[in-house]
Amino acid sequence: MHEMGIVLHLARTLDETAEEEHLTKIGKVVLQVGEVSGIMTDLFTDAWDYFKVRHPVLKDSVLVLETIPAVTYCDACKGTYETVKYGKVCPLCGSEETWLKQGSECIVKEIEAE
Amino acid sequence: MRLITVNATVTASNDRDAEALRNRLTEKGTLLVNVMSAAGSGKTTLLSRIIRDMPEMKIGVMEADIASDVDAKTIEALGAEAIQVHTSGMCHMDAGMTAAAVDAMEGHADLLFLENVGNLICPAEYDTGAHLNMMLLSVPEGDDKPLKYPLMFQKSGALVITKTDALPYFTFDLDRCVERAKKLNPAVNVFPVSAKTGEGMEALEAYLRAETQKLSAKEF
Repeated sequence: MHEMGIVLHLARTLDETAEEEHLTKIGKVVLQVGEVSGIMTDLFTDAWDYFKVRHPVLKDSVLVLETIPAVTYCDACKGTYETVKYGKVCPLCGSEETWLKQGSECIVKEIEAE
Repeated sequence: MRLITVNATVTASNDRDAEALRNRLTEKGTLLVNVMSAAGSGKTTLLSRIIRDMPEMKIGVMEADIASDVDAKTIEALGAEAIQVHTSGMCHMDAGMTAAAVDAMEGHADLLFLENVGNLICPAEYDTGAHLNMMLLSVPEGDDKPLKYPLMFQKSGALVITKTDALPYFTFDLDRCVERAKKLNPAVNVFPVSAKTGEGMEALEAYLRAETQKLSAKEF
């Protein structure tokens, strides 16, 4: 399952942060998820709840997901547009020479911890 | 409670492990090739052909599957070292799993293939520590796949179009497929092959030899 794999990596990143910062308890985890990252947020939260109780530092944590909107850049007209609405073809000039500027991320932004 | 700014991608620890594994394999003189494709595109058949065609190379194969060991047995029957990795339901290999598999290999390999889980999506998202990502797209899958799974095509250094002997029976447009792939990844090396008839295999094998030689020149 795709989301479970990401949760495993997230838990590892947080375990490492906890060790570096000498944390015993993580309260809130703010995760930024790109709109076209392929992550289903409901499934992700379920996988997290299943997993966190198995990690002492994470067991009382709450996951907060923030969405990063997907934006595509057009090489032809140098404009940007909403990826989800228009896809690969630039709505401003019709070019297909476009690439995703943002929206595929999965970033741990910040945590609250003690 | 205090607020700690982390700002790290979720796969940051994986990226570190991948870099460490790549450096370790470069030192050992082993080229690691991460082979990715959909299920049934002919990964094991292609690797079997490469093993038969390149007897001068020491080749190893790590077969990653959710279950069974049929692929590892096929490779072993050809005399190459093969190990089976079970991913316990996971849809991809990450660097940690790959490193564990590399450690489980007994002999030295000049060329080591990681046959990733058959899937065009998640395997593309994880750096396994390979020097080269090689993806397969088989003719029956259709020439529209670059449009549907762009990340896989963007992350691959080599695109092998397999089962070209079946071209007369499908509406697969080779030129259109290559054009779509190159649009996503202008630097990709494309090899149309038939592992069954041997057509196109020479070019692919010459490429793999050249990539292996780059290792001694430390070009990775």
